[in-house]
Amino acid sequence: MSHSPDIQTGALAPASVAAAVSGDPLVRIAALEKIYPTRDRGNVHALSDIHLDVSQGEFLTIVGPSGCGKSTLLKILAGILAKTSGRVQIAGADLDGPNRDLGVVFQAPVLLPWKSVIENVLVPARVQKLDMAPARRRARDLLDLVGLSGFEDRYPGELSGGMQQRVGICRALIHQPKFLLMDEPFGALDAMTREQMNLELLRIWKEQDATILLVTHSIPEAVFLADRVVVMSPRPGRIAEVMQVDLPRPRNLEMFNTGRFGQHVAAIRRHFNSTGGID
Amino acid sequence: MTQIDTSDAIPASQPAGTAKGVARHWSESRALSPILLIALILLWEGLIRWFEVPKIVVPAPSAVFVALWDGIVSGLFWPHFLVTLWEIVAGFGIGSVIGILLGILIGLSPLMERLIYPYVVAFQTLPKVAIAPIIVIWFGYGLSSKIIITATIAFFPLLANTIVGLRSAPREQIEMLEACTANRWQIFRMIRLPQALPFIFVGLDVAVVLSVIGAIVGEFVGARAGLGYLILQKNFSFDMAGVFAILIILSMIGVGLHMLVVAVQRRVLFWSEATANSVTGA
Repeated sequence: MSHSPDIQTGALAPASVAAAVSGDPLVRIAALEKIYPTRDRGNVHALSDIHLDVSQGEFLTIVGPSGCGKSTLLKILAGILAKTSGRVQIAGADLDGPNRDLGVVFQAPVLLPWKSVIENVLVPARVQKLDMAPARRRARDLLDLVGLSGFEDRYPGELSGGMQQRVGICRALIHQPKFLLMDEPFGALDAMTREQMNLELLRIWKEQDATILLVTHSIPEAVFLADRVVVMSPRPGRIAEVMQVDLPRPRNLEMFNTGRFGQHVAAIRRHFNSTGGID
Repeated sequence: MTQIDTSDAIPASQPAGTAKGVARHWSESRALSPILLIALILLWEGLIRWFEVPKIVVPAPSAVFVALWDGIVSGLFWPHFLVTLWEIVAGFGIGSVIGILLGILIGLSPLMERLIYPYVVAFQTLPKVAIAPIIVIWFGYGLSSKIIITATIAFFPLLANTIVGLRSAPREQIEMLEACTANRWQIFRMIRLPQALPFIFVGLDVAVVLSVIGAIVGEFVGARAGLGYLILQKNFSFDMAGVFAILIILSMIGVGLHMLVVAVQRRVLFWSEATANSVTGA
C-alpha cells in the first residue's frame, strides 16, 4: 500500500514520472480556507487548510462524502466562487477568478439548447475571442476524438446524456487549457456508459497531454482514473489523505477485478468507515 | 408559466388541460371545433327565424354574412380596415420595443428596478380606457392618438415577461460562461437574452391581442376612420348586421396576428420545450 500522508513529497508512480520531472508543480494550493457565513447556524467551515500540488500531466481525483467541500474546492479553482483565504497558483501565477488556463466540466453537461453541438463546443472560443478558423478545426478534431463526428450540426436535445457530456468535455478542452477541472462529470450516467466514459477520458487525457482534477462520488472510479486519489473528510472539509495509485497504465476495465485495484479501493473505503462512511 | 399566459390571452384557441392532453386529443379537437361552430350558427339562424327576432336587436347569421360580403365587395370596409390594422401593428410594435428595452434595463439593473418599476406598475394599474380621452385630446383625432393608446396597452406584457425571462437563466449556465471568463455583456448576449426569448414571445402573443382592443378603444373615444369608428356609425343607424360583420373582421385580425406571432416563435424558438407545448393551441 502506498499511502502518502505527506502530500508535498508524495512519490510518484513510474507511469507518471515523465510528466512530473520538471521542477515546480503546475498547480499549487496552499492554506486554502473557505468559510460560508449562514444566517441561522453561524459559519460553515467548508474548507480548512487545504494544501495540494498538482504536477503537469497528472490525473488527480478527489473522493469524499457529501459536504466534505470537494465541489467547493473545485468551484474556487474554477474561479466562480471566492475563497476566504489562502493561495492558489497555476503555472506560477496567482489564480483569483475565472482563468483562461482552466477548462471546466460540470455535473450536468450545461449545453445551450439553441446552439448546435459544434457551436456549444466553440462557446469558450467565442467568449475569449479566439481565432475562429483554427478553433473550428480543433472543435471538429475534439468531437472526432470523443466519437461525435457527424453530430456537429445536431442540437443538444437530440443527443443522449452520455453524448451531451462528451460535448461538455470537448467544450472544456477547446481553448487548450493547462488544467482541466471535472465536477462529478459522469454522476448522471448509467454504469455501462460511465465505464466507457472513464476509458475515453483516459484516452483524451493521454492524447491531449492534459492535467486533470476530477471530483467523484465513486471510489472505484477515483482509483481507476487517478495517479493520486485525494480523500477528503467533512466538518470541516479537509484533506484526510492522499493515496498514490500504482496500477500500471494504460488502464483497462479488467483492472477492476485485480487484487491491487481491490486493495486500493478497500484502503479508501476503510477510511470512510472510520469517519462515518461515504454519503 | 408560459402555457398559463398563452391560455389567459386566447382562451378560445387553447383547449383546457395539460400540454400532453392537448397533444393526445389534438385531431379530435381540430375536427370538433368547426362542427360546433356550424351547429351554433345554424341554431342561431333557426332561433332568429322561429321567434322572429327584430334584426335591430340580433341579426341572423345570414344577414351578417350578407353585410360582410357587401362591405368587402363595395370597398366600404377596406380603408377602415387599413387604418385599424396600421394602428394595431404600429402601436403593438412601438409598445413592444419600449416594453422589451425597459424590461432589459430593469431586468439587468436592480437599481433601475427600485427606481422605475414602482411607477411602471402604478401606470399599469391605470385603466387605459380612462386615459384614452386625454390622449385623444393631446394627440388629436388622427392615427397617432390610437397608436399611442395601443402602445400603452401592448407594452406591459412585454415589460413583465422580459424582466422575468432575463432572470430565468439557469445558474449553471451562467457559471459555465463565467468560468470561461465571460463578462456581463457576453452573459447577457449568449445566455440571458436567448433564455428570455420564450417569455418575450408569450408577451408578444398577449400584447398582439390586447393591441386590437387598444386600437378599437381609441377609435371609440374619438376618430375619423377605422373599424371601431365604423362600428359606432353602424350602431347609431341600428345596422346590427353591419356591426357583427365588423366584429368578425376584428376577430380575424386578432387571430391572424396571433398566428403570425406563433409562426415566428416556432422558427426562432425551435429549441424550446415551451414552444412545442404552446403552439398546439394555434
